Amino acid sequence: MTTTALETKNKPGVVYIKPSRGWVSLRLKDLWEYRELIYFLTWRDIKVRYKQSVLGILWAVINPFMSMVVYTIFFGTLAKIPSDGVPYPIFSYTALLPWILFSSALSVASRSMVSSGNMISKVYFPRMIVPLASVMSSVVDFFIAFIILIGMMFFYKITPTIAILWLPLLILLALISALGVGFWFSALMVRYRDVGYLMPFVTELWKFVTPVVYPASMIPEKWRLLYALNPMTGVVEGFRYALLGTTQSISLPMILVSSGIAILVLISGLFYFRRMEKQFADMI
Amino acid sequence: MSNLALRVEDIGKQYNIFKESQYTTLREKIVEVVKSPVKTLLNPTGSQKFWALRNVSFSLEHGQVLGVIGKNGAGKSTLLKILSRVVEPTEGEAEIHGRVGSLLEVGTGFHPELTGRENIFLNGAILGMKKTEIEKKFDEIVAFSEIDNFIDTPVKRYSSGMYMRLAFAVSAHLEPEILVVDEVLAVGDAEFQRKCLGKMSDVASEGRTVIFVSHNMSAIQRLTNECIILDKGKMVLRARTPEAVDYYLTNDFSASGERKYHSTEIPASAHPFKPVAVRVKNNANVTTDNLLSVEPVTIEVEYELATDVTGLRVGIYLMTSRGEYVLTSFDTDAPEKFQAFGVRKAGHYVSRCTIPADTLNEGRFVIGINASSYMVKRYFADERAINFNVNATGAPGMQWVEVRQGPLRPRLDWRIEEVH
Repeated sequence: MTTTALETKNKPGVVYIKPSRGWVSLRLKDLWEYRELIYFLTWRDIKVRYKQSVLGILWAVINPFMSMVVYTIFFGTLAKIPSDGVPYPIFSYTALLPWILFSSALSVASRSMVSSGNMISKVYFPRMIVPLASVMSSVVDFFIAFIILIGMMFFYKITPTIAILWLPLLILLALISALGVGFWFSALMVRYRDVGYLMPFVTELWKFVTPVVYPASMIPEKWRLLYALNPMTGVVEGFRYALLGTTQSISLPMILVSSGIAILVLISGLFYFRRMEKQFADMI
Repeated sequence: MSNLALRVEDIGKQYNIFKESQYTTLREKIVEVVKSPVKTLLNPTGSQKFWALRNVSFSLEHGQVLGVIGKNGAGKSTLLKILSRVVEPTEGEAEIHGRVGSLLEVGTGFHPELTGRENIFLNGAILGMKKTEIEKKFDEIVAFSEIDNFIDTPVKRYSSGMYMRLAFAVSAHLEPEILVVDEVLAVGDAEFQRKCLGKMSDVASEGRTVIFVSHNMSAIQRLTNECIILDKGKMVLRARTPEAVDYYLTNDFSASGERKYHSTEIPASAHPFKPVAVRVKNNANVTTDNLLSVEPVTIEVEYELATDVTGLRVGIYLMTSRGEYVLTSFDTDAPEKFQAFGVRKAGHYVSRCTIPADTLNEGRFVIGINASSYMVKRYFADERAINFNVNATGAPGMQWVEVRQGPLRPRLDWRIEEVH
């Protein structure tokens, strides 16, 4: 046997196994081929979450609702933080929805590689599926909590404008942000287990540099674009614009900056993840 | 082109032996970089490296069934993991013509909260089956697993036997062109193993390409026609199965029937007991992990006592590879020994016992050790100190090629009398 046969690459149906070096291609086509697995893993996560606790559905509501109550008392009533002319409860709840979507998706995605360790060390599939599926499964909580928001909009007699059409894109932007950061953290966590302890701290800080409890309009105008480098700024203020019609805190350039950063984080996260991928099975 | 299924060229896999724990923490890493930036840059992981597999080359044609044998740590699992693309090789190349299905474990991704039905779909998808494919084979899988009434029950309520049957059933219905199988057969009861072996030989006779790793020489002999032997990461032989098995059993590649205790493995609470080694020896007093059912098996526990110990008993558990206890025995079980060793003086000891010939059935056994003073203190215990394989060659009933149920295979004194 000579090595020449190995030189004739890429015949269909033939898998070549060899060491990869440095940065490698993303192989997004593999992802498409395994789309059913993405679906099944997402479905598993959702099913298990709502099966394990009867309170599953309730939890999805309690978290944003209680946060809203506490924020309304302390930030809205006591600290008298302005709320761009809408009642503070709905002002904060509208922000909490995408924020909790982002932070919970980020937290499950970051832990996902380590918690699926057994699967990863036994079966081959594109590893990116694992964080991807866990981000997707977080969407269900979001939609459950969204029902409360609809109720609140009736209560406060807020009629959404045509701007509501932005909503799907904004949800997507929140998911892209969570996925991008999730790729980074999940790969890092395989390597450095203490990243897990760092996560709550990171999300807590992140929440305060995101206009959740206060409006972005509190930030001086000239700093707004810099402020929008946090992709969640664009998402959260975009949500308020789309649902409550507030215009003081958001501008198209801000959305564009936020989106640009989110996509940049996603792409870099994908490449970093792929680069680390070959070591996963060795380290888990 | 030819009928080539798979070709492996100079495959090698290097692992790091980490100094302490396998995972670094970010905190440690930062401290390390700050303390000695140069050293960290030159040797980023600060670890030693070793080759789990090196210079392994072979090729396989479609329809061949290849066995891979070798003792623990010979690189068998590493090879399978590379071929199933779970890990990347460090060097070398391989090409695989066709879809590979790997069974490094059964039931991968099973979730206890989900029902049997749900787990079939989930596990099937993880193994690379399409949804339509699973739907088509669903009834067959359920029938094979014999769990039909429980198909909509969460698998956490299943008995371990049912769980294994279902898990294997899904795996067994995977129909790749090339099947890579690790020791999935080492689990489950004898009936289940028989069923698995049956399914495996069906697969093999259907003309599928199979790579099969096992410690179980009789399974290897039944299923494969050719074998490669790995030792310390190198391929030492490729030959027809009978020849390879013979070579493997007689050339003592399996001399690893010894477990040495490193001082870092011994908890402080073990003091004054300090285990040194556990050994399994055959009839010729050779340390080995491959024994015959027809020969006596000697088990030795070597240890040191730092101080005198009152009422010490050192003993073994013998378990099947499924973890069922076969027996428990202590060195001071006999009343006169118990009297004589009321206080064991500080010193260096070996406690040795022999399981008589014609006792154990073929299969894999695990020995655990325990050193304690009854009702006073358990100094040291290692539930899985060492394991060994028993080969049934020459044992009673070998004229029938079936798996005998139960861990024992004594030569019973049967009498056949005609009754008038």
